[in-house]
Amino acid sequence: MEVKPPIPQVPAPVWGDIKDLQEWEKYHQERQDGDKTSETLASIADAIHHMPGGWIVVTTTDKIFNWARSSSIWPVTFGLACCAIEMMATFASRFDVERFGMVPWASPRHSDLMIVSGTVTIKMAPMLKRIYDQMPDPKWVVSMGSCANSGGPFRHGYHVVKGVDRVVPVDVYVPGCPPTPDSLMYGLLKLQEQVAEFQKLGRKSTPAQEG
Amino acid sequence: MNPTDAVSLIRETFGVEPVVDGPTVTVALPVNQWKEVVAWAKTTLGCRYFNWLSAVDWKAEGLEVVCRIENLESGLVIFFRTRLGAGATHCPSLVPVYRGADWMERECYDMFGVVFDDHPDLRRILLPQEWEGHPLRKDYAIDTPHAPYR
Repeated sequence: MEVKPPIPQVPAPVWGDIKDLQEWEKYHQERQDGDKTSETLASIADAIHHMPGGWIVVTTTDKIFNWARSSSIWPVTFGLACCAIEMMATFASRFDVERFGMVPWASPRHSDLMIVSGTVTIKMAPMLKRIYDQMPDPKWVVSMGSCANSGGPFRHGYHVVKGVDRVVPVDVYVPGCPPTPDSLMYGLLKLQEQVAEFQKLGRKSTPAQEG
Repeated sequence: MNPTDAVSLIRETFGVEPVVDGPTVTVALPVNQWKEVVAWAKTTLGCRYFNWLSAVDWKAEGLEVVCRIENLESGLVIFFRTRLGAGATHCPSLVPVYRGADWMERECYDMFGVVFDDHPDLRRILLPQEWEGHPLRKDYAIDTPHAPYR
């Protein structure tokens, strides 16, 4: 019986071979807190704050910036599993999250928010981290559904990351399996509240975790 | 060919006792006859459709490889199963007989660690190449350490 030779294998592009992306990633890895703890900005703000009447300028600009940030949170279009269906419903006309200034944007480079909608497998986790690294600071993460929160019903599987907070820092956890669009909208409104408090805290409400 | 004729033919030719259940014929084979009998079923019985191939982990009794082939014209369905024996992982490959067995056997290798001899390209197909262990085996612990997330 004739054995046909196997189909020739095209080697997959190796991430390490792309130099500029590598540098970008390294740059973001070294700056864990990113622009949120810029020492230059902090010292300038401190100097203005200690000028006579300067505190009015600082607090007002804070308010303006936070108003702008919290009312134009752009989530990156990133659906993982069945929760993504509910996420799409939230984005679409019936629930219409665009009322809150949230435009689902198809590029992580322009986005502020990543909604982790679904089960994160161990094979998918590096890609998720890469997308998170590609987002500019400041950035937030909403963990949507039981799977992203803790692994959910697949927690005892061999291939599931037991909670996306083991990969990226999470700001808001939305429970549910899957959460209804109302739940997700409530979570997004909670996130807006967090963002409005952002510069006052000087850091994110959830500290970045190790690993 | 109806199942009864197929059963008698298999019994005469190879001396194994098939089990008939409706249109389905189940044949338990020793490992060394695995490829020979399946190739014979393809040519003689006309079972040219290779449906699937998988494995079962019977813990202490070892692994069992199962495949299902069909004759689409006559509706004859044959299950072939072979016990590899306790601790054994080697099984002859069916790729020389059915080209479509390629990915099935790769998945079977990925999940159960069955090493198919003479397979042209036996690599992991679903899990990352650097994964350790074979997760669908009964003795695989879910807290087996894996490569870090990046």
